[in-house]
Amino acid sequence: MTKYEPVIGLEIHGELLTNSKMFCSCSADYGSAPEPNTNICPTCTGLPGAMPVVNKKATELAALVGLALNCSINKHNTFARKNYFYPDLPKGYQISQYELPIASKGYLDVLEDTDAKQRITVRRVHIEEDTAKLAHEKNYALVDFNRAGVPLLEIVSEPDMRTVEAALSYATKIRAILRYLGVNSGDMEKGVLRFEANISVRPVGSDEFRTRTEIKNLNSFRALTRASQYEIERQIKVYEAGGTIVQETLGWDDAKGVTTSQRSKEDAHDYRYFPEPDLPPLQLSDSWIESIRAQLPELPEAKTKRFIADFELKPSEAQFLTSERSLADYFEAVIANAKSSPKIISTWIAGEFIRNVNELNVEVNKIPAKTLAQLIDMVTDKTINGNAGKTVLAEMFKTGGDPAQIVKEKNLAQVSDEGFILETVNKILNDNPKEVDEYNAGKDTLMQWFMGQIARATKGKADPNIAKELLVKGLEERRK
Amino acid sequence: MQLHNLTIREASDMLATKKISSVELTQAVLQHAHEVESKVKSYVTITDDLALEQAKQADERIAKGTNITPLTGIPFAMKDCISTRGVRTTCSSKILEEYVPQYNATVTNKLADSGAVLVGKTNMDEFGMGSSCENSGLFPTHNPWDLDRVPGGSSGGSAAAMSASQATFTIGEDTGGSVRMPAGFCNITGIKPTYGRVSRYGLISLVSSFDCIGPMTRDVHDCATVLEAIAGHDEKDSTTYQTAVPQYTKIINKSVKGMKLGIPKEYFVAGMEAGVESSIQEAIRTYEKLGMEIHEVSLPNTRYALPVYYLLLFAEASSNLARFDGTRFGLSVSENAKDVIDIYLKTRQQGFGDEVKRRIMLGAYALSVGYYDAYYLKAQKVRTLLRRDFESALASVDVLLGPTCPTTAFKLGEKTSDPLEMYLSDIYVAATNPAGVPALALPCGFSNNMPVGMQLIGKHLDEQTLFQVGHAYQQVTDWHKKLPAL
Repeated sequence: MTKYEPVIGLEIHGELLTNSKMFCSCSADYGSAPEPNTNICPTCTGLPGAMPVVNKKATELAALVGLALNCSINKHNTFARKNYFYPDLPKGYQISQYELPIASKGYLDVLEDTDAKQRITVRRVHIEEDTAKLAHEKNYALVDFNRAGVPLLEIVSEPDMRTVEAALSYATKIRAILRYLGVNSGDMEKGVLRFEANISVRPVGSDEFRTRTEIKNLNSFRALTRASQYEIERQIKVYEAGGTIVQETLGWDDAKGVTTSQRSKEDAHDYRYFPEPDLPPLQLSDSWIESIRAQLPELPEAKTKRFIADFELKPSEAQFLTSERSLADYFEAVIANAKSSPKIISTWIAGEFIRNVNELNVEVNKIPAKTLAQLIDMVTDKTINGNAGKTVLAEMFKTGGDPAQIVKEKNLAQVSDEGFILETVNKILNDNPKEVDEYNAGKDTLMQWFMGQIARATKGKADPNIAKELLVKGLEERRK
Repeated sequence: MQLHNLTIREASDMLATKKISSVELTQAVLQHAHEVESKVKSYVTITDDLALEQAKQADERIAKGTNITPLTGIPFAMKDCISTRGVRTTCSSKILEEYVPQYNATVTNKLADSGAVLVGKTNMDEFGMGSSCENSGLFPTHNPWDLDRVPGGSSGGSAAAMSASQATFTIGEDTGGSVRMPAGFCNITGIKPTYGRVSRYGLISLVSSFDCIGPMTRDVHDCATVLEAIAGHDEKDSTTYQTAVPQYTKIINKSVKGMKLGIPKEYFVAGMEAGVESSIQEAIRTYEKLGMEIHEVSLPNTRYALPVYYLLLFAEASSNLARFDGTRFGLSVSENAKDVIDIYLKTRQQGFGDEVKRRIMLGAYALSVGYYDAYYLKAQKVRTLLRRDFESALASVDVLLGPTCPTTAFKLGEKTSDPLEMYLSDIYVAATNPAGVPALALPCGFSNNMPVGMQLIGKHLDEQTLFQVGHAYQQVTDWHKKLPAL
């Protein structure tokens, strides 16, 4: 049987976090509009005679993304009209970029820590405007233009990906980069990021590009993964049955888990692109480009490498901590404020800390970095033990209190007084002769039970190392 | 003296010296406009109430003596493709017959700020597509010099209204001769400014890269006065120049002695009406007498001007007119519609006239995959050649002189059956729009009792020289003072 490999290319549409829309001064924050069609003006509703004016901030953000994706910035780039009729498109054309996008020919490395490591070519990054929103009723549809004209960035890859994992890694990394740059919230549920996958399959070893299909409007990583997998399998089945693939645009039915045909090549739009005569070309100077480059923050990949090198973290730990810029910044802020090692801090943040953040659905900086540093240091210098640390942390999330204060109030300071601990150990061993005998007969698991009894009796304050040492000694003494 | 026949300069002087009020002037103009309107039919809308209200405000301004401009209190009419808040703006199309804009064009605001008084909106070829005003989707306009003849187009209503003294000045729009050609037919003065000199914001686009709003007036001095008021950078129109607007009228009296006048040989070819050619030759001799040097120059690509002009027009217009889909404003035909596509089809079928449909189809074709390179792209390349033609001809002379049309005004119905014949009437005026250069049209005689127009073509942003040269001519001739008998 023939073995197939997929050939995948991705188009990613992301809204740009600007104050105003792409070509007018209406707010880009359409989500905050009180009612439909309140965040509009002659330009974004396409009234006769209204004209577009380029949003400078959007060009800066687009260039920033281009530079982050290692693209070259086209100093002379132009807007174009993409002509088609649809009620969500007020002018009958979308202003986009076609022949000369703002950035082109970049790359992004994916799956770096695996054998499947690969460099994906970014073909182009261009600016365009979002459409209005349609609400379909039974016999009619309503149009809300609040979103019309919001700046969108389209990032187009070459069909370089050969696995769904690579495509997913690429999409995930793009999202992280957009969030790092502060150009997109990455809020997938709000639809600020949408994927489009171009897929074909071919026999392994072949270098031909076969007929591809295009799956539109994938709104989550899960949808991207499932739709791609489904489509790859569907195409393989068609080839196996001796059929051919038809070039078409597909939709993804998430509930049924199938792709559905929306448009075949025969009824594909001819968008009649031509240069937008209402907007002169964007002329970008070298100094402008350099000023944008100077704004580039350290990106996830570089940060991961630095964390591994500087803080001696495992790649998986570093990747987790750099997955969000806010988390990475927080991690470094805690390091700056703590005496404990980065390794210990990493364990805390990736463990208890993030568990609380996720559970309570709060921002990472809910607890000031300095305060978390104090708590971790208290565990490290054995003022409290690890269990008490967890309790204090939970309390800090709840009340926002100071760790030293909480330890005091809850009387959690660790006891290292051997006399006191020995007294407790002896009492427990004397009270439980049956368990002592069983342990000494070989039931090792009872050690945990004894430790639990000690913790309970001391309200978790006993230094666990000392407690264990005395416990082992006491059990040994009682061996018959 | 009849108030409606005053030039801006005369009226402005009388307003300043309180000999008349703006209300009196406006009432006189309105009364005359109504009197002759049934013959000429220049207006789509006459805004009596609004005009009198604005005239009152102008009088208050004049009484206070603050913020007075040469246009304060002066009644004007505007081509119906320029948006006026609260006043319907139809483009003389069925599809916009009831459309009332929610906002003002920049030019509308500038004129309002200057204190000018809007008396109405003038008829035009539908969306500017035509050279006779017969393509108006509403009704045709007649030439005040002979009511059986056309006023020219597409700013036919503005030209006829100015010619018939139905306003003290009018505003036209020139995409490929639409100010100059009717100005010539109706014996008035009009300018197509440099592309980007006047904001297009609020102008309902025909061809975004050609469209130029320009004044149509009794004489060159008035023309300069109005352009000064409406020109300038607009942050809402990215294609406007940042360059400051000169005070055109300040140096308009400068002598033209020693300046160089270029005569493009390609503009004097077979097919020109004899009386037109002799009038132009006479004008050249007048300039010679004024001390100008006359030089023959060449615009070698002139023969490509019309195909390039029309091709690019079709292409851009097909896209500019896409927004008229019956979903948000204007005509909407949804009865018995199966779906939204059906609404588009029905609305556009009923709303657009034949010429508009013809041009949309041709434009969509020229932009289609497989044809784009051969038509649109090729036309853009030749457009560059046209621009170079003017640049190199104007490198050695100050201005060019030529006719505005090979003939005088033709009869209504004479060319309507043959669109190509109609297109040919733009042969002298169309080339300047793809090139972007400014051109001033002014009266230069009569042929068979109908007015003949000539145009002066200048360098980019050099309207000043055009006004200077045009004004010098009107100081020694009185063609521009001749009024039609209505």
